[in-house]
Formats: sequence, structure tokens, C-alpha cells
Amino acid sequence: MKKHLLWPVLLLLTLAFANTLPAAGPPQPGGQLPEFKFPLPSERIDKGYLGLSGWGSTFRIPDIKARVVIVEILSMYCPFCQKEAPLVNQLYDAIEKDPKAKGNVKILGVGAGNSAYEVEVFRKKYSIPFPVIPDPDYAAYNLYGEVRTPYFIAVKINQNGTHEVIYSKLGGVGDIPAYLESLKKSAGL
Amino acid sequence: MPKKAILIVAALMMMTLSIPAWSQTHSEAYKDNIYQTGPLKPTDSVLKVKAGDPAPDFTLPSVSGEKVTLSRYRGKKNVVLSFVPAAWTPVCSDQWPGYNIVKDLFDQYDAMLLGITVDNIPTLFAWTNQMGKLWFPVLSDFYPHGKVAGTYGVLRSDGTSERALFVIDKKGIIRYIDVHDINKRPPLESLIRELQRLK
Repeated sequence: MKKHLLWPVLLLLTLAFANTLPAAGPPQPGGQLPEFKFPLPSERIDKGYLGLSGWGSTFRIPDIKARVVIVEILSMYCPFCQKEAPLVNQLYDAIEKDPKAKGNVKILGVGAGNSAYEVEVFRKKYSIPFPVIPDPDYAAYNLYGEVRTPYFIAVKINQNGTHEVIYSKLGGVGDIPAYLESLKKSAGL
Repeated sequence: MPKKAILIVAALMMMTLSIPAWSQTHSEAYKDNIYQTGPLKPTDSVLKVKAGDPAPDFTLPSVSGEKVTLSRYRGKKNVVLSFVPAAWTPVCSDQWPGYNIVKDLFDQYDAMLLGITVDNIPTLFAWTNQMGKLWFPVLSDFYPHGKVAGTYGVLRSDGTSERALFVIDKKGIIRYIDVHDINKRPPLESLIRELQRLK
């Protein structure tokens, strides 16, 4: 290889492999989510909730039909996620009862290291109404900064298809009405 | 020099590609108290029993104070032995809490779960307290160290045990063994499938 070609090639190769490395930390408010294609949920009700068409086999968070998406990174095996589950269901109920939030604020669970079977066990156990996507190989989890669980990231989705992280925090969402109001305010709802 | 650079970058790329999938979730329940072992040799022992053999009997102390004898379940319950390597380590800390929410599945297949590690009782007490109230006994194979793990052939050379599952039927016969890669959690569906087969 000619010497003047070597370094650009090495740079390109390094960049090409950079996305296989874990992220340095979770996405922060003001920033963007790492690009990741989740498998499309198999249940029609889940696809309907997320406003995703049946076409294709994957989706990105900004494809979800919503103004705000709350992503909860969880695991069926995590005691705090188990404890938090009824509270996240309460947040879901609060959203569905709020005319401005309903249809505009949606929740998506990501089951880090969980198989499809394990995610379903978790959903059934806690009667979780929102979709939880299995992430059996930790692909999304690694990209999202190997956070402790449960971890919540809220993303504002703009009408032009761009998005912005507006909340990123470990642990419970705390005061549900106050949390919901702050998300609505951030999204101009 | 450029050749050397190519070799270095190639080596880095190989390392990137060969990072083992040992990354694990880590519940906030344990805060900063999980000791990071890093990737370990997947298995490090030789089984001394096989499917079809009678399960070697044992009596071990449990965290709740009572002694548990395997043979007391004979004729009454199927038994799942879940050996995990050590308290306060990444994968183990997120294994039993999952089993803790599926008592109904174990009940459905008339199965009892016994959790076993080579840690002592006070350590197991402090560790399992972080998991919430467990419905199954947690047994200490601490002294003589790892005796039961050794009998089954799942004691590793560093004194911890394998991450291993044994399914034992009501006749006391071993029906299934999974000495799992220590760095990974066995998927729940594999265990449930084996319990289904007992019926």
C-alpha cells in the first residue's frame, strides 16, 4: 500500500469499527439517541400503540408516532425494575387519562439481556400495557451506555423527524403528575 | 513503520470484534456493591453426574436458618438446583430475582427451586436481602467448602461454582443438566421447557 493512502484507510477502518464499541455513557438531555433499529413488535396492539406500520421488520425511536417517547431500559431479572413496574403502569394510566398527553406521550420498554419469552413473562407478571422490546444480546443496552436499571430516557420527536433527548435518569420517575407535566411542557403540549 | 501500524490497528480491530458478550444489566438495587469480575473461563470443572443418574443427596444450611435435605422432596416435588458462582457478582445478582417472579411457573410444574452458592450464610443474607423476599430457599455450600458442588462436579478451580442448573424429578433422578457459560445467564425458557417435559 502506498504510504500516502495508509492513514486515510486506517482512519476509515477505525471509524467503521467504532460503533461496535460500547457507548461512553447514556444519552444526555439536549443530545440525540444513538441510532438503533429495534425489531418491530409482533403484536398488532403494540404496533398500533406505537403508530408503526406493519411494513418492514425494524423501527427507530423517532419513527414512533408521538411527540414524546419515554424509553425505559429494564430487565425481568432486576429487582428495582420489578418494584418500579406498577409505578410505570400508573404513569401509563396518567398519560392515557390526560387528553393532551394521550396519543402524544408513549412508553417503550427495552428488556436488556432479556429474550422474547422473558419479556413476555415480565409483561404478564406486572400487566404491563405498553410494548417491551427484547434486547437479548445487549445491543441496544450497550449503545445506550450500559446503564443500571431501571433507566428512563425521554425523547422529544419533532414534526420534521428530528429528535432531542429531554430526560435521562436512573431509577424511578418520582412524582408522576409532576413528571408528566414537565414532559408535556418540554414538548409544547 | 506503516506495516507495524497496520498490525496494531488490525489487532485492535480483532480485539473489538472478539469482545465477549459478558456485558450484563446491573440493577440499581445493588448500587455500587457489585464486584466486576470481567469475563471468566466459560466452564472450569468436570461433571460427576449425568442425566439419568440418581441425584446425590445433601443437607445444607439455608439463609432462613433451617437445614434443607434434597431427599425430603422425593415423591413430592420436582426440584431445580440453581448453583450460581458467587454472591455480589454481576450475572448471579440478576438471576435469582428473575426466578423470584415466576413462582407460578414452578408451581405449575410442581417444582421446588433451591438456590446454592459456596458463600457463607451472612454474605448470602446481605446479598439476597437486596433481591426482595425470595420464595425459595437459599443454601450455603460454604463448609466443608463447596462439598455439594464438588459432588455434582461443578466446583471450579478457584473455589467458586459453575452457573449450573440441575432438574431432578420426583423419583430423585437427574433429568437435565445445564452447566452454563459462567458469563451468561441461562434463558428462562430453556429451564421451563425442561420442566414441561417432566409432566
